Amino acid sequence: MNALLHGRLTGLLALGAVIAVLPAFLPNNFYLDIAILAGFNAVVCVGLNLLIGYAGQISLGHAGFFGIGAYASGVLVGTYGWPPIVALLAGAVFVGLLAFLVAKPILRLKGHYLAMATLGIGIIVSIVLRTESGLTGGPDGMMVEPFRIFGVELYGEKVWYWVVGVLLVGVVWLSLNLIDSPMGRALRAVHGSEVAAEVVGVDTARFKVLVFVLSAVFASVAGSLFAHYAGLITPAKADFFKSIELVTMVVFGGMASTFGAVVGAVVLTLLPQALTMFQDYQQIVLGGILMATMVFMPKGLLPTLAALLPARRRA
Amino acid sequence: MKMLATTDLSPDMTAQARRVGPPILKVEHLSREFGGVLAIGDLSFSIASGDIHSIIGPNGAGKTTLFNLVTGVYKPSGGRVLFDGADVSGMAPYKLAARGMSRTFQNLQIFFNMTALENVMVGRHLHLNTRLLPALFRVPSLVRKDREAKDRAAQLMADVGLEKYVDADAASMPYGALKRLEIARALASEPKLLLLDEPAAGLNATESREIDEVIKTVAAGGVTIVLVEHDMKMVMGISHRITALNQGRMLAEGTPQEVGANPDVIAAYLGAAP
Repeated sequence: MNALLHGRLTGLLALGAVIAVLPAFLPNNFYLDIAILAGFNAVVCVGLNLLIGYAGQISLGHAGFFGIGAYASGVLVGTYGWPPIVALLAGAVFVGLLAFLVAKPILRLKGHYLAMATLGIGIIVSIVLRTESGLTGGPDGMMVEPFRIFGVELYGEKVWYWVVGVLLVGVVWLSLNLIDSPMGRALRAVHGSEVAAEVVGVDTARFKVLVFVLSAVFASVAGSLFAHYAGLITPAKADFFKSIELVTMVVFGGMASTFGAVVGAVVLTLLPQALTMFQDYQQIVLGGILMATMVFMPKGLLPTLAALLPARRRA
Repeated sequence: MKMLATTDLSPDMTAQARRVGPPILKVEHLSREFGGVLAIGDLSFSIASGDIHSIIGPNGAGKTTLFNLVTGVYKPSGGRVLFDGADVSGMAPYKLAARGMSRTFQNLQIFFNMTALENVMVGRHLHLNTRLLPALFRVPSLVRKDREAKDRAAQLMADVGLEKYVDADAASMPYGALKRLEIARALASEPKLLLLDEPAAGLNATESREIDEVIKTVAAGGVTIVLVEHDMKMVMGISHRITALNQGRMLAEGTPQEVGANPDVIAAYLGAAP
């Protein structure tokens, strides 16, 4: 327990330290922007990893929840003049309710069927955002007002970097807490054997729904803040390819590893920037990475690297 | 049968000496068919509180189907299951667990993505705070109870002889140890009724005898045991009562001696002379 607790906090401290010193090594706002995007992706991936990595359920529609959060903020603040924080919370509540309603029937499905059902949800969200142009601006997207709270306007990469950094540390902390709790064990038990979990009293359906809702809410909050940061959102942020990108980040970084999800999000956010010559082939490269990960390191990057280290953490 | 005569704890004698408890489990006219094939047909029997009650029968007799009907994995086609006096037919397994019924599986159902200790800790689920918000914010009472659960799980592992695997990943454990891990996990939920589906299957003679001891100890602690097992030596040695099934129907019921001497049972196992 002591070792576990120790490991828990060291990981979180290390993440905080990296976030704290990173800006010193980033020469300009362009790099800061990439770091912020990586941070937003990491927040979504930490949530998605609870669903995919720990509970063993797949979602190919999480970009849809990110998109709803983003558009909720865009529309409610821009069109209806709501305070941004209220719009963010409203978006999160709406996404939570939507996820709850769809999770009940679809999480009874398994494997391919669950993948198809979540894929469908993502596509429906994406179509609605594209076609309801009176509200959403259609395929061209919409401008989003800056985030104002207590009379302060969050503006510029330097400010947003810290907002996202604190958000990420907070989300990682919540995720680590959850996993190291009776509910976290129940989620992993659902992954391990549903029938065995049931016979010791785990209401598997309830926990699958809960983690689906939780991960959707994480995505929604990230989406809302992203919309304010970027100032412009398009339906592409909610589409199928974005969902696949998120799943690839989780799988690549390491399923059932919170820090793995962060690493996966960071690496796969940086990669397209490093490989700008492959710009036109981004989906192909992403697909290739997903396949190679499954074949060569099915546990993902971070768990595979950790296994190479001497087994001192076990002791 | 030679085994029977040499056992110190001659089961028929203990059965006579024991006060038979009220029925904890009653099965009334239970039936289940799969696509027209009757796996269990019009089966009625009851299990007395505190007994070790074995269900025997040749392959395909419907033993595992019966287990799955009683524990809510399958819904019955007809008849009902009464647990502690309440009709629980077709009730979800997690609700049955909350009422005090747990089980192990013939084909192992281990959480291979966890350590052995965590497997047993999942068994404490019903006795812990499993709500979302306290978990997210790690409230102190949850952490304290979780630590107690951990100690308790380690104790249960020791009770079934798994102390050296406490820190092991479940995936790295040998088959015989996993069989016991399932028992420890089920016990962690503090069941009144524990159903064991072939706990000795695939074990060697020594391991099988050790499981024997574990089952007796658990029963001595007041847990009613329903046992499906092919190891006749074990069944004859530890059961208070035996129900023999054949082709989904009751063949015989009684003490081990009565059932062991029943010509129908012998015929079902060895094949009747035509």
